[in-house]
Amino acid sequence: MKKLVILGAGTAGTMMANHLQHKLDSSSWEINIIDHRQEHYYQPGFLFLPFRIYEPEDIIKTIREFIPEGVNLINDKADKIDTEGKKVLMQNGDVIHYDILIIATGCNIAPEEVDGMNGKEWGKSVFDFYTFSGALSLRNKLDEWEGGKLVIHITEMPIKCPVAPLEFAFLADSYFKHKNMRDKVEITYVTPLSGAFTKPRATATLGNLLEEKNISQINDFGIKKVDNESKKIIDYEGREVSFDLLVTIPTNKGDALIERSGLGDELNYVPTNKTTLQSLNNPDIFVLGDATNIPASKAGSVTHFEAEILTENIVRFINNEPLKEEFDGHANCFIETGDGKALLIDFNYTHEPVEGAFPFPGVGPLRLMKESRINHMGKLAFRWIYWNMLLKGNHIPFVSTAMQTEGKHF
Amino acid sequence: MQKVISGKTINVNDEGYLTDLTQWDKSLAQAIAQEEGIGELTPKHWDIIHYLQEQFKQEIPLSIRKISKSGVVNIEEFYALFPQGPLKKASKIAGIPKPVSCI
Ligand SMILES: Cc1cc2nc3c(=O)[nH]c(=O)nc-3n(C[C@H](O)[C@H](O)[C@H](O)COP(=O)(O)OP(=O)(O)OC[C@H]3O[C@@H](n4cnc5c(N)ncnc54)[C@H](O)[C@@H]3O)c2cc1C
Repeated sequence: MKKLVILGAGTAGTMMANHLQHKLDSSSWEINIIDHRQEHYYQPGFLFLPFRIYEPEDIIKTIREFIPEGVNLINDKADKIDTEGKKVLMQNGDVIHYDILIIATGCNIAPEEVDGMNGKEWGKSVFDFYTFSGALSLRNKLDEWEGGKLVIHITEMPIKCPVAPLEFAFLADSYFKHKNMRDKVEITYVTPLSGAFTKPRATATLGNLLEEKNISQINDFGIKKVDNESKKIIDYEGREVSFDLLVTIPTNKGDALIERSGLGDELNYVPTNKTTLQSLNNPDIFVLGDATNIPASKAGSVTHFEAEILTENIVRFINNEPLKEEFDGHANCFIETGDGKALLIDFNYTHEPVEGAFPFPGVGPLRLMKESRINHMGKLAFRWIYWNMLLKGNHIPFVSTAMQTEGKHF
Repeated sequence: MQKVISGKTINVNDEGYLTDLTQWDKSLAQAIAQEEGIGELTPKHWDIIHYLQEQFKQEIPLSIRKISKSGVVNIEEFYALFPQGPLKKASKIAGIPKPVSCI
């Protein structure tokens, strides 16, 4: 019996377990999936939790209910990967051998990377919303906050879901308006980028939206430290921004296990072939989701497209066939813009987001790069699609794995 | 798009980054540095420029964090040498594409 091991049962690992359970011959392959957690969080919901748009029960389910029968779920933390011996060393001392390993350990926040970030104000006036606990304590803070200077801040790129901080800014504007206290809140958006987003045309559209919503923008801000006494963030050029409430996206890093195993770059991301998803250093290791170093967005939608291609490549690898070099970096993201609207962007390694109709060229019904109510409905529907289709490895109808160029205004 | 700078015609993209590193030379780098408000390039600037070009040729993605861990320059110095977006400015002067550390 040969063994395939999936490390991590989040978005990516769960999708792979479901895909492979159908594809691999169960008489010759045993599939194992490892995760120390019990809960599967719908992370896009972390954006809505602070504003009470979603409640905790909307975004938490168990890992187990999404792991198909025939796949062995191992509920413990992996400590190290031994690539020579082809085995995973578990924290409890167990050793799990593999013939093929899929790394899907995602990434997480590392506030300790910035001087003073997780100092005495952490959880009092300094918050994150990239973790369940962070989003929840921020919700409790917002419930009672009476206004002042709200600073929304990105520490450094890359981060997962790079549009989430902008969405947070738009939703905050809308939230305070509804609470009749927008005039008591000054919102500032501070980013290490030179504009609102990473791609030129989307940056122009999103920058205009910030301005329209009276959110000021500070660009090219390379943070050096958080001063807990004076409540300021300070950058390497000495620029200072005062806050009463700081909502920051700390540095994102891959799991420490990657570092312990000597498999990562300086942020613990695994060097991966960007078209085949095979590890660059170990042919029997494949990587997908937020754990890779490929130049694509760290997003659930990207992971979904990756999983379809990786499934084929695992089958080809087993049959000694050449791998398909097909992943094009396709990302498809809804961006909440507040007041019940959203916009949609669709892009890949080579094409930046532009205007057009989606998924049917010329028809829609969704509009790319334009705010609309139907896009907002799309964003909310994404939660249902995530739980009921994406995790189970179902193909989303009409949305192709490779990005379409038809119907777009390049 | 084409641009004429210090008597040479070069190919650049719409943000002013060279699209062909073979058109790059030291006098061109100095001229771009003037335009970017950096002034006279010092030996330390050149060390960084050469490091960036080496990394680019080996297709290694660049980030401020990586450079500050490279031993070539520390992060404070990097900001002092190329103020306001050091990696973007240094890349432009080095004739390589704008870093895509951010997607
Ligand atoms: C605030 C926010 C908003 C977002 N919004 C969107 C959105 O609108 N659209 C979108 O497409 N995406 C969005 N995302 C991104 C999306 O959630 C991620 O890209 C996706 O979950 C990545 O999947 P993954 O499997 O790589 O990582 P994860 O889902 O994080 O899973 C990693 C798993 O590995 C496990 N693990 C890690 N280390 C170990 C170890 N040593 N041993 C055992 N198990 C381990 C973890 O417990 C975890 O279960 C958002 C993310 C955030 C934080």
